[in-house]
Amino acid sequence: MSPQLETVAWPASYGEHAQPRMGFFTDTSVCIGCKACEVACKEWNQIPMSMQGFTGKSYDNTIDLGADTWRHVAFIEQKAPARVVEKLPTDVTDGASLVDCAARAQAVEGGVQTYQESDGFRWLMASDVCKHCTHAACLDACPTGALFRTEYGTVVVQEDVCNGCGYCVPACPFGVLDQREGDGRVWKCTLCYDRLKDDKEPACAQACPTNSIQFGELSELHERAEHRLARLQQAGQDKAQLYLADGDDGIGGAGAFFLLLDEPEVYGLPPDPVDTRRDLGEIWAAAGAAAVALGIGLAAAVFGGQR
Amino acid sequence: MSESTSYHGQPLIKEPIWTWEIPCYFFTGGLAGGSAGLAYLSQLRGNEVLARRAWTGATVGIGMSPLFLISDLGRPMRFLNMLRMFKVSSPMSVGSWILSASGASTTLAALNAWTGRFPRSARFARPAAALLGLPLSTYTAALVANTAVPVWHEARRMLPFVFGSGAALSAGAAAVIATPPEHAAPARRLALASAALELASNEVMKKQLGEHGEPYQRGAPSKFSHLTQALIVSGAGLLLRRGQSSRGAAIAAGSMLCAGALSARWTVFKAGFQSASDPKYVVEPQRRMIERGERRGASRRVSQVREVQLDKGSPATAPLPLSGS
Amino acid sequence: MGSNMAEQHPVGFQWVIEAKERGAKVIHVDPRFTRTSAMADRHVPIRPGTDIAFLGGIVNYIFEHDAWFREYVEHYTNGPVIINRDLQDTEDASGFFSGWNPAHSAYGISTWSYDKAGGEATAGKSEQQADVSGEQAHGAHGMKLEGGQPPELDATMQDKGCVVQLVKRHFARYTPEVVAEICGCSSQDFLAVAAALCENSGRERTSSIVYAVGWTQHTTGVQNVRAASIIQLLLGNIGRPGGGILALRGHANIQGSTDIPTLYNILPGYIPMPHPQSHPSLDKFVELNGPDTGAWGNLRPYIVSLLKAWWGDAATEDKDFCFHYLPRINGDHSHYAMMLGALDGGVRGMFCVGQNPTVGSANAKLIRLALAKLDWLVVRDFQPVESATFWKDSPEHESGEVRAEDIQTEVFFLPAAAHTEKDGNFTNTQRLLQWHHKACEPPGECRSELHWIYHLGKAIRKKLAGSEDPKDRPILDLMWEYPVQGPHEEPDAEHVLMEISGRKPDGSFLSSYDELEEDGSTTCGSWIHCGIYKDGVNQSARKKPHTEQNWVAHEWGWAWPKDTRLIYNRASADPEGNPWSERKRYVWWDAEEGKWTSVGDSPDFPPDKAPDYRPDKNAKKMQAIAGDKPFILHPDGRGWIYSPTGLVDGPLPTHYEPQETPVRNPLYAQQQNPTRQVFHRPENPYHPVNGEPGSDVFPYVLTTYRLTEHHTAGGMSRTVPYLAELQPEFFCEVSPQLAAERGLEHGGWATIVTARQAVEARVMVTERIKPLEVEGRTMHLVGTPYHWGGVGIVTGDSANELLPIVLDNNVHISEYKVATCDIRPGRRPRGRARLDLLEQYRQRAGVKD
Ligand SMILES: Nc1nc2c(c(=O)[nH]1)N[C@H]1C(S)=C(S)[C@@H](COP(=O)(O)OP(=O)(O)OC[C@H]3O[C@@H](n4cnc5c(=O)[nH]c(N)nc54)[C@H](O)[C@@H]3O)O[C@H]1N2
Ligand SMILES: Nc1nc2c(c(=O)[nH]1)N[C@H]1C(S)=C(S)[C@@H](COP(=O)(O)OP(=O)(O)OC[C@H]3O[C@@H](n4cnc5c(=O)[nH]c(N)nc54)[C@H](O)[C@@H]3O)O[C@H]1N2
Ligand code: SF4
Ligand code: SF4
Ligand code: SF4
Ligand code: SF4
Ligand code: SF4
Ligand SMILES: [Mo]
Repeated sequence: MSPQLETVAWPASYGEHAQPRMGFFTDTSVCIGCKACEVACKEWNQIPMSMQGFTGKSYDNTIDLGADTWRHVAFIEQKAPARVVEKLPTDVTDGASLVDCAARAQAVEGGVQTYQESDGFRWLMASDVCKHCTHAACLDACPTGALFRTEYGTVVVQEDVCNGCGYCVPACPFGVLDQREGDGRVWKCTLCYDRLKDDKEPACAQACPTNSIQFGELSELHERAEHRLARLQQAGQDKAQLYLADGDDGIGGAGAFFLLLDEPEVYGLPPDPVDTRRDLGEIWAAAGAAAVALGIGLAAAVFGGQR
Repeated sequence: MSESTSYHGQPLIKEPIWTWEIPCYFFTGGLAGGSAGLAYLSQLRGNEVLARRAWTGATVGIGMSPLFLISDLGRPMRFLNMLRMFKVSSPMSVGSWILSASGASTTLAALNAWTGRFPRSARFARPAAALLGLPLSTYTAALVANTAVPVWHEARRMLPFVFGSGAALSAGAAAVIATPPEHAAPARRLALASAALELASNEVMKKQLGEHGEPYQRGAPSKFSHLTQALIVSGAGLLLRRGQSSRGAAIAAGSMLCAGALSARWTVFKAGFQSASDPKYVVEPQRRMIERGERRGASRRVSQVREVQLDKGSPATAPLPLSGS
Repeated sequence: MGSNMAEQHPVGFQWVIEAKERGAKVIHVDPRFTRTSAMADRHVPIRPGTDIAFLGGIVNYIFEHDAWFREYVEHYTNGPVIINRDLQDTEDASGFFSGWNPAHSAYGISTWSYDKAGGEATAGKSEQQADVSGEQAHGAHGMKLEGGQPPELDATMQDKGCVVQLVKRHFARYTPEVVAEICGCSSQDFLAVAAALCENSGRERTSSIVYAVGWTQHTTGVQNVRAASIIQLLLGNIGRPGGGILALRGHANIQGSTDIPTLYNILPGYIPMPHPQSHPSLDKFVELNGPDTGAWGNLRPYIVSLLKAWWGDAATEDKDFCFHYLPRINGDHSHYAMMLGALDGGVRGMFCVGQNPTVGSANAKLIRLALAKLDWLVVRDFQPVESATFWKDSPEHESGEVRAEDIQTEVFFLPAAAHTEKDGNFTNTQRLLQWHHKACEPPGECRSELHWIYHLGKAIRKKLAGSEDPKDRPILDLMWEYPVQGPHEEPDAEHVLMEISGRKPDGSFLSSYDELEEDGSTTCGSWIHCGIYKDGVNQSARKKPHTEQNWVAHEWGWAWPKDTRLIYNRASADPEGNPWSERKRYVWWDAEEGKWTSVGDSPDFPPDKAPDYRPDKNAKKMQAIAGDKPFILHPDGRGWIYSPTGLVDGPLPTHYEPQETPVRNPLYAQQQNPTRQVFHRPENPYHPVNGEPGSDVFPYVLTTYRLTEHHTAGGMSRTVPYLAELQPEFFCEVSPQLAAERGLEHGGWATIVTARQAVEARVMVTERIKPLEVEGRTMHLVGTPYHWGGVGIVTGDSANELLPIVLDNNVHISEYKVATCDIRPGRRPRGRARLDLLEQYRQRAGVKD
């Protein structure tokens, strides 16, 4: 069932030292937005504080992933469209949830995807992290080899090699990487490479009280996720979806994949991320052709008229 | 952008962290690359006056390039890290090698052109510099195209030509400035032709970008775009009318064209930032491609398992056994 | 209800999520839509302070739909008991029960008793005094009943005077429509909740109710919890797996600090503190505080063992075991009483240990003024919190009302060790003690509480050594030697635990409180904890993972009493001792073995008492508890649907409005809880309410609460970078409608004003706050977290500047959860201008004080 997610460097280049590919299944349907993951990550990795002040973006005051936030919890306050609310029965007295009511009124398709009653208000929370892509644009783009693929199939920056060229920053289709101010180098989730080596769970997963962040062998996580998706779908969460769980998406599937209750963009995730290396052949070809054209142009200019 | 399709209007991808040095480098790299070719070919054709000036242009360009890069990186040692390895998958890595090799050969060729020293090495250095100058001029386009920034990535087929034209334009224009008009005919031809090409290729690129091209229509990129057009059109006009007769006019026209080429790099650079910073430029095209069925997207709503027992066991939250290694 | 569990108890909430995944339905009743609501199947917003109406509505629904668990109620509760026929209900007496004495603002409770139980049905005093809490006033643990039997019963529960009928009548007016009108929710929402609760209760199923300070921080706080008890007893949801009423406690180990209390009015194990007049001798104390029957019938061995643990050899029988050494209380010495005392100059010095009252206590300004009247103040904390720096940087400095040089209080700051830097126990909500081992040494001068108190005690004893003064004897005779370790002579916490657990005459360890003796041969520092060091093993340090044992997880930690995980679990079997149902099998009678067995817990019942055991008339103590009476801490072994004793404000919950409210009590002429504690003084002005002139000056309801990201008064979170950045600024939450009405801008600033103070907060306009329709008017809510103060990485105004001091007289808890206020756009004025604004408001509202 689980897709074969082999990366360029893993497991082949590790030979017998290759470990099972490790990753995260983040089940946002049970995230309570406690931010324990964010804090645990910062504590363990000794990341500097990144004070942004009061943002007014619901309860999110750290805003996005970056050099100083390797786990980030998103908060989305959502209200069902009025036309859906109108369709909902208001005289439910048997304890049915909104989803039940919506199902009865055949209003589910209209956008009520919530556990909540009456006006269909819901508050989504989701913990985001580096995806440890199967085809990691950041890693391919890195000119220094600071970014590398570990024996667990994860993607890690070596802080002593990174020269801060910043190429990985716009290369990542998820906006994960960023440069640390006053330091110049880029930083991101290491999937707790140091802890993995000690046979320990990553700090964020360990801190998560509801197991919204599940850490483990990717193949096992995929299996779990499929069951979970099926259950939520059955329970009427028809917008529930697995994100980055398949090898045939734009990044070849991720080491950290998600169960979302709405479209990815609602959570600040691109609906169709693409590993730019996929088009690198085309890019080199164009650059080569342009170089040749430039040569021809120069020659034409020099030889094509008076001296 | 509406809240429903973005996360509090936050960008989905990161803006590049590159500062003003980078578009300057795009310009100087192109100047160096184009000039080396111009110099070498002029030498072949026997226009030593033009050749020497063009070698100078190339040297200035190639000399300033690493300064810009180091300034952006923060520390000289960090530039050396670029040469830790050679990675085809990283245009920046490839480019660093090209820049280094091109730097060495260009410097040698120029030294030789002015002083006559190192004749033997220069024999190899001259064609090498000219040859390396070509990819030096276009790899920067590959570099930016090889990112997740939509306005760059989606222009990946056209962008090298835009940068190539720009390189030719800056080389021609610089040579026009530096060379007495009577020796500068090839430079003028180069400048005028590439000015036309630069404007045309930009238009083609924007056209090809389609829905992705919007960042060029707003804000800083749009201003730079207009500035570019104004500089190039007036520079080319002046060069065409008076470039041959007046040294002053030639210098003015060349300067305008150089500025135009620089401004053209700024346009592309800025458009990238604008495209990265607004989530709609990232989401909407992706969403439309999914809707049109061109791509499957990264989400799947259908589970691969059909049978689920809702009441029994396996709560989502049961911890996974830690897999040992 | 009244708990924001996902935010305030996120780690415990994992089990709610797990239950939900297994099919449980989660309902959240809270004025605001919170992270808990987000995970719930249903969220019902209600107006703060109206839970009794909501719960009363459920009681009414239960009777209307005949949904009560008749057999459970008949055998296990006082439902069939006939109550004194002279009792007058609030329904008949416009909001008062019988016994109201306006002169004392207190009830005489003789008419509240079980019928024929005698005039003085309760131990202790029958009339509560305004300055003592309910436990002292009425005898802590119930009345004297002959043979453990209520004198009169009606097993059919038809008699108009029996509890079931009384309760039914009392709540008959709480119809869905009335609930909707008072609470501001829709009657549909209410009905859905009532239905879900009833459907999920009975033989096959159980429901639990979870609450925290959203219920308790009201002038009706205790009665909120009582209302839940009535529901759970009627539905048979107590003493059974999956049932119960879970009080989610506060600070880690606040439960421990009530069990072995830091409270002023109880001794370890809920033994009341003696009173100077009523308790001249141990005998009298035991007579007045212990019912003869049930587990409290053994009060004498409990307290004698405690006195022996404290005063050892000095505690001889002829000296009444040193009973006279115990301090006496003569009044309310709770937190606010003490602060008001200080304000009046009656308190010279104060230890402030692990508390930050200038941020955490209501009417912060009053608290600061009070602290400034002390001669000395010792603050033990991790860093100088606001309560240690008030003398130099309070808002009164900014407004020019005080100057540092005018404050005479000498403040000593003693750095404290954190829990990770010392050994000890945490007791959690379900009475489970979990030992934690020191992870590292405390830095610098930081010392544990144990270190500090032990060495302070030693220093005092040294000073007193040789004293002949009898008043020094209690200190000099104390058993005050504990082994110390390490360079700083840290006392060994395990030895304290051993003392708490208790020993036999031969020095070996006791295993349960049943073994305690009244002749002074046993020692035990807390009877409910007796056995925690059973067999010489720290039972609370057991850490067998749940994956290696069954779901009861009996080998993880230790729960008082007697390692019982589910209290009153005899109720999980039917009167004959069989499980109510297979699904809910937990404890049952094994007739062959002649003992109670369980799926893995300790039966909370005498192990070999057969279900058909019936006490005779003269039976005492546990002998008086019949084989089908699970509630062994009560003298009759029954769960009390109706509470004849122990409460100062009535035997049944009644809806009263909060002290400050925009509406009139729709049910009774009596607006507020008549027994609430109010303090009319200039520093503590209250708003006009109930249509009084000026009540429209503060038209909105204010509520205060917590955020996951911060901890209480903020000393432990505003000072931690990773937490500070998560919620960096004091903010208020308002609905879009209120924002429009008052011109508040999302992300901008607002000034919130009460007669106490004006504070500024960033504005969060959110659909999570909903205006409610109450009595035909729109009621707007202003919500604020209360974590901010002047010290730390992030600072801001404190919500507690806004609140008045007004207390529930049962436990002296402050009404943090509701007051009235006004809100206006923009930042607050600085300096004197702030006072001027306040003065304007006071004048407009006609606040006199
Ligand atoms: N992260 C974190 N955890 C904590 C704490 C902390 O500061 N931070 N503090 C600890 C302490 S000391 C305590 S006491 C507990 C408190 O835990 P909680 O009681 O859960 O904490 P609060 O947020 O004060 O209040 C809970 C809810 O009561 C609601 N509420 C207000 N008035 C009413 C009402 O009249 N009826 C009902 N039904 N609900 C009402 C509020 O909207 C709020 O959502 O949390 C403990 N846990
Ligand atoms: N408006 C409003 N006010 C409220 C509430 C509300 O809901 N609304 N809730 C109330 C409730 S439930 C509570 S519990 C109070 C809490 O109010 P407080 O108890 O006054 O405030 P805390 O910040 O919890 O203070 C505890 C202090 O103990 C310190 N500390 C921690 N561990 C140790 C230790 O081991 N030793 C020593 N010596 N110090 C230690 C911490 O650093 C912290 O400063 O606030 C109450 N105030
Ligand atoms: S998510 Fe971005 S940073 Fe992480 S591996 Fe993929 S491309 Fe690299
Ligand atoms: S910034 Fe560092 S990690 Fe990123 S591409 Fe450059 S060298 Fe590699
Ligand atoms: S795996 Fe480690 S580094 Fe990555 S987010 Fe979790 S705690 Fe941070
Ligand atoms: S720790 Fe878990 S529940 Fe808490 S915010 Fe992170 S993912 Fe969500
Ligand atoms: S802070 Fe401690 S007590 Fe509170 S939820 Fe977290 S683990 Fe539990
Ligand atoms: Mo608390």
